[in-house]
Amino acid sequence: MSSPRIVVVSAGLGEPSSTKLLADRLRDATLTALTAHGQHAEVVDVTLRPLAQDIASHMLTHNATDALDGAMKEVIDAEAIIAVTPVFNMSYSGLFKSFFDVIEEGQLASIPTALGATGGTARHSMVMDTAMRPMFAYLKAQVVPTGVFAAAEDWGSASGLERRIAREGQELADLMVAMPRRREADPFDIEGDAFVSFEQMLGHA
Amino acid sequence: MSSMQFGIFSVSDITQDPTTGKTPTEHERIKGWVAMAKKAEEVGLDVFATGEHHNPPFFSSSPTTTLGYIAAQTEKLILSTATTLITTNDPVKIAEDFAMLQHLSDGRADLTLGRGNTGPVYPWFGKDIRDGIELAIENYALLHKLWHESVVNWSGKHRTPLTGFTSTPAPLDGVAPFVWHGSIRSPQIAEQAAYYGDGFFHNNIFWNKEHTERMVQLYRSRFAHYGHGEPEQAFVGLGGQVFMKQTEQQAKDAFRPYFDVAPVYGHGPSLEEFTEATPLTVGTPEQVIERTLSFRDYAGDYQRQLFLVDHAGLPLEEVLEQIEILGTEVVPVLRREFDLLRADGVPDAPTHAARVAAAREAGTQMGEQGNAWQEQGARADLDTGAAIARQGGEA
Repeated sequence: MSSPRIVVVSAGLGEPSSTKLLADRLRDATLTALTAHGQHAEVVDVTLRPLAQDIASHMLTHNATDALDGAMKEVIDAEAIIAVTPVFNMSYSGLFKSFFDVIEEGQLASIPTALGATGGTARHSMVMDTAMRPMFAYLKAQVVPTGVFAAAEDWGSASGLERRIAREGQELADLMVAMPRRREADPFDIEGDAFVSFEQMLGHA
Repeated sequence: MSSMQFGIFSVSDITQDPTTGKTPTEHERIKGWVAMAKKAEEVGLDVFATGEHHNPPFFSSSPTTTLGYIAAQTEKLILSTATTLITTNDPVKIAEDFAMLQHLSDGRADLTLGRGNTGPVYPWFGKDIRDGIELAIENYALLHKLWHESVVNWSGKHRTPLTGFTSTPAPLDGVAPFVWHGSIRSPQIAEQAAYYGDGFFHNNIFWNKEHTERMVQLYRSRFAHYGHGEPEQAFVGLGGQVFMKQTEQQAKDAFRPYFDVAPVYGHGPSLEEFTEATPLTVGTPEQVIERTLSFRDYAGDYQRQLFLVDHAGLPLEEVLEQIEILGTEVVPVLRREFDLLRADGVPDAPTHAARVAAAREAGTQMGEQGNAWQEQGARADLDTGAAIARQGGEA
């Protein structure tokens, strides 16, 4: 069996991006914690900025470009997700939301997930709990208890950012080991559990 | 007619022509539709299919009225739908309306059933969109019964029960109109089509070939599972979307203003991107031929190809020209080429005459012409008066 894949979704717009920076730190913390479990993982980066136009086109036509289709498949097939967004107007960025709007209900079910957000000041830190968690709860992802919010000042002070990152990475690694995602059956697989035969639909199977 | 049927289908949108600012009236579009259908017959196309909608900017709320009117002015054209709403229409009315159309058109009627995709239509007709699949399954089970049994006793969840009901007129020659089931993404509907041995129409015009292939393959394999024949013997229909001029550049220049602001995909991907990702082909008749032949690579040998040509505000003269090019330059070549490629044992596209012959052979013909109906009629429990009296007594 190949290594589990952690997909790191970052919605930062700048270059360099503090959102991507936080995502990378969460990734490293997770890998370190996994190593302590005697496990390792592959990491796939899904950066949303280059997909912005593709995401908008998908909203209008339901047609995914190859690039967007590839990114969606990475996320849907992941063994774990790290999702980090900048905070705009008291919520995740529109780009972040629009990307997850492409994902259908149930497709993230049971995937161990770690959330992160970045913003100018710590006053925005509730966004993780008021906006991000409800969306991932709806998508049925398994979200770890810690969510790291990194304000601009955190990068230049001993505010405990590194400790919070390590804790969240530990939680994600623990969850990956203890409660790995369950694969949903494919409704097109006629041998699989999700396929509904006509007899079942008629209610006499 | 060759072994495949070619035609046009329309969603019936009323859209401003972005190049002139002119928006056709409902009356102009409705009459334009009739002109399109007559043109389709004149240039040798086989099928004209109407959508069904119950809200602006669409006008096609009453398909059998439209198709009956067209039937009266045509000789050979098959009148069909894409789609008839099996969810919100009463299946009894569908049975009656399409049997009537079948009689008036001398067997030139068939239909494609679909669930519809405009949320508010369900509550407007007293239904719940969450019951969409269930309605499609239950309503078609009743429709099928009404067309295959002379006297129907039925009860279900979504409609008042029927006791001793006979749908009139009975299907022409005792053979029901051919039914296609249309679905873009629900495996349940492919399964339904397979179960009954009916046709499956995948309106692929906004979808990539991988998606279409998956739906069609599921239908074909389940068609075989239910004992209707080999997977290759199933009945598959596909959509297509074309705009043609004598050079690719002319076609793109003329179509781009419509594409860029089209209600369904405007302001999104570029014409080139959308052409790459979906069956849309904007170019020469030769390019359309080549693209359409490639559908066979992932859908297999199929029976019906319908093109969308009249949307996004394209003026009637332009639409008629597209139909003309389809009929004179594209379809004759497609018929020839598809027939050459076609594997042995693949059924021809369904026609009334062939279905009557097959039913006669199999002894399944209903009605005045067949035995199956009379045998049923002899059963006391199916006697209308007795059944109603019994129901009354039970109540």
